[in-house]
Amino acid sequence: MSAVLNQTPPSPLAELWRDFRRNRGAMIGLVVIVILVLSALLADVIAPYSPKEQYTDAVLKPPSMQPIGGHVFLLGTDPVGRDLLSRLIHGTRLSLMIGLVSVVLSLSGGVVLGLLAGFFRGGTEFTIMRLMDIMLALPSLLLAVAVVAILGPGLTNAMYAIAIVMLPHFVRLTRAAVIGEMGKDYVSASRIAGAGTLRLMFDTVLPNCAAPLIVQATLGFSTAILDAAALGFLGLGAQPPTPEWGSMLASALEFIQSAWWVVTLPGLAILVSVLAFNLMGDGLRDALDPRLKK
Amino acid sequence: MFTFVLKRLALVAPTFLGITLLVFSLIRMIPGDPVEALSGERGMDPARYTRLIHEFGLDRPLPVQYGEYVWKAVHGDLGLSTVTHESVFREFIARFPATIELSLCAILIALLLGLPAGIIAAVKRNTVWDYSVMGASLTGFSMPIFWWGLLLILTFSVTLGWTPVSGRIAIQFDIPPVTGFMLIDSLLSSDKGAFKSAVSHLILPSIVLGTIPLAVIARMTRSSMLEVLREDYVRTARAKGASSVRIVGIHALRNALIPVITTVGLQVGTLLGGAILTETIFSWPGIGHWLVDAIGHRDYPAVQGGLLMSASVIIGVNLLVDVMYGVINPRIRHH
Amino acid sequence: MALLEVKDLGVEFGAFRAVDNVSLHVDAGEVLGIVGESGSGKSVTALALMGLIEEPGRVHAQHLRFDGRDLLAMPLKERRALLGKDIAMIFQDPMASLNPCFTVEFQLVETLRIHEGGSRKALRARALELLQQVEIPDAERRLSAYPHQLSGGMSQRVMVAMAIACNPRLLIADEPTTALDVTIQAQMLALLLRLQRERGMALVLITHDLGVVAEIAQRVLVMYAGQVVETSRVPDIFEAPRHPYTEALLSALPEHNIGQRRLRSMSGMVPGAFDRPSGCLLSPRCAYVQPRCRDERPALDGDVGMQARCFYPLAQVSA
Repeated sequence: MSAVLNQTPPSPLAELWRDFRRNRGAMIGLVVIVILVLSALLADVIAPYSPKEQYTDAVLKPPSMQPIGGHVFLLGTDPVGRDLLSRLIHGTRLSLMIGLVSVVLSLSGGVVLGLLAGFFRGGTEFTIMRLMDIMLALPSLLLAVAVVAILGPGLTNAMYAIAIVMLPHFVRLTRAAVIGEMGKDYVSASRIAGAGTLRLMFDTVLPNCAAPLIVQATLGFSTAILDAAALGFLGLGAQPPTPEWGSMLASALEFIQSAWWVVTLPGLAILVSVLAFNLMGDGLRDALDPRLKK
Repeated sequence: MFTFVLKRLALVAPTFLGITLLVFSLIRMIPGDPVEALSGERGMDPARYTRLIHEFGLDRPLPVQYGEYVWKAVHGDLGLSTVTHESVFREFIARFPATIELSLCAILIALLLGLPAGIIAAVKRNTVWDYSVMGASLTGFSMPIFWWGLLLILTFSVTLGWTPVSGRIAIQFDIPPVTGFMLIDSLLSSDKGAFKSAVSHLILPSIVLGTIPLAVIARMTRSSMLEVLREDYVRTARAKGASSVRIVGIHALRNALIPVITTVGLQVGTLLGGAILTETIFSWPGIGHWLVDAIGHRDYPAVQGGLLMSASVIIGVNLLVDVMYGVINPRIRHH
Repeated sequence: MALLEVKDLGVEFGAFRAVDNVSLHVDAGEVLGIVGESGSGKSVTALALMGLIEEPGRVHAQHLRFDGRDLLAMPLKERRALLGKDIAMIFQDPMASLNPCFTVEFQLVETLRIHEGGSRKALRARALELLQQVEIPDAERRLSAYPHQLSGGMSQRVMVAMAIACNPRLLIADEPTTALDVTIQAQMLALLLRLQRERGMALVLITHDLGVVAEIAQRVLVMYAGQVVETSRVPDIFEAPRHPYTEALLSALPEHNIGQRRLRSMSGMVPGAFDRPSGCLLSPRCAYVQPRCRDERPALDGDVGMQARCFYPLAQVSA
């Protein structure tokens, strides 16, 4: 046989990276996220000042390169004299942590519940899904606020609240994916080959549902950051002096006429981070969607 | 058709009951009890405490409390606000129209701008139009909406002075609440300039609240359109020699709008959440603002009642969306 | 002059050549069969003729003429005036080809409305007539039905009705019976043939089923991997195929395997995007392969109307 091959097809991972790379928005998102992660990890090193240090002689100063009392506040100071730039940088660490913890909690819980619902159907499915419907019937922010009202304000409680609020989405996604896969022949084949339920769940079916879950998890980061900011803004999330971006905006309304940088900059930080995760989530979704291959 | 609606209603009942349970438990889980909160800093003498506990029915077993709660709720009795001592139900109803008015305007803006944007983005795929629409909508739902509100206030109210900062209408107008909708009421009243004032107060909050639904609708319309345009029946229409306008406007649109409608319905939940933040920033006297205050004041009957009512509204709207979906999509009806 | 003239048609999707160097012609009133397995490019050819190839596909040809008019150079508006009126097409999956949101009447009347116009009543009457022509029972009731309420066979009849509404001169049928039950297939073919004869319509029938071609076509085009490998007349092609692929197709028919234990089949698979041979596209699978076949690509060779793309066409031996 001497059929000459003109091209070799690429490996799946290489194909994924190639499709992802083609999406400029997604690449920008990735770059920004890398920058954010680095800022978070190196916050102590790159922030010029401590985020909690109050410089009483530099209260509410606008962004400038001119030193005040020997310190340069590139992005200005907040109402009690703290350097905004340092607070924003440390805020990155907080936001990423919030995203990570909330998503991991929500994802694990959601996947387990979704697997149970999708595998066992019947009563289990009914109960779980009704529970999720109930949770979805309340507006997510309201539910988060209610949970925080019970647990008490604070960053950790905010994270739990956010994880709870995101849970139904992961459960629904997993369940739908599982049900979709269960009908397929490879599952029956595994079953006939003697695979036990747990093995079937985690080894066989779950990897094939991974794609939408990955996308949803990435997008979950942005939801978490936004929700945490909203809670912070309402005074229910991170408490002062924690430099969380949302709580930095909490008292901003008063200063809207006098100090635009206190109002604009933390929000800008939120926007950029959320945008980056959304871009990357979108890019992943497009790259993983088999239909777009043609 | 009728059976279809009944079936949907039947499905809703357990969810509603579930919500009552959820709300009931949530409130009960809050540390401390409402009577304690009433006593404030000064404390309360034990006799009065016991009496109040009994009055509030807090000494009865939990299932009984729950049963009473549901029974009363279904009859519209959600208790009294500990802050105003008015019926919670009445407080809700009094403020609800303000939120409805705001939400309706927000959704209107979202649809009027979002639908065409999505259609254009789909038809002119991968061109500058497509990218700008997608970029704008992505930014739209990546923004914290309270920040967006602050930004708009900064630009339009503070710097340019075009729009007012808060409230539903300028304070000099005293409009009798006929319908509860300021737009209608101000028209009905004979005060000159009242309507104009009402509109100018409504613009910014509606834009802020409508931004996320707009973004979602634009994206959803685009992706739905793109999918529909790939379908076989669109190819058939092309093979018949139909013009692009006909294909997009008649064949594609009807099918593409189906998932969009569901999305719009689902946006009600987001709207209510967004209303909380929007109303706080613009001092809009709606239920979102009221709820946040209630939580701050530990006004538990109000929080409980508010949550329940909000959830009921959302369920109601979802039911409506389901029914409308059945109307538009003949396949669902005939099953 | 032929009704439809195609010379050197090519369609590419990125680097992938779905259709390569395809030439054909259809005379008024005749039936041409295009035969090939999945992936042979026969459907793409039809879509290219109709101008229904979308991005990222690219269509090019030396010429593509209908009734003497250049289809490729024509402005879009003119082309649209032709589609549905002079050239019509029916597709493989009738259930998916009808818009689920509109009634049968709406979709039938649409073709008429686009090209001819008329009052609602008149159009409705014509729609009814068309349904009766395609032998749909209880036509009146069917008019107000929705596509999901029709069976596969019924839907395809509605498609046919839509296609013949404006009396086209050419009807392209892309695997019209593949998605239907076997019992309905014969009926559908009989219907197509009857309509073709009655209206003097040219018919291009695309199929993978040689038996269908034998029944109703006058000429046949065999396609493989995007190329035309043989053109011939019916019944000549069945008695004396010239291309090894055609021979293989014929020998796989149940009728030619009576007494055998297994159907004769060709080893190997149709080349995909990544494994196109540098010589003749059939060379990896051909039973008669020679060294020259692996190195050079053969062109269509032979007298007009009886050509084969092979360096060593099979000898004319009666079966």
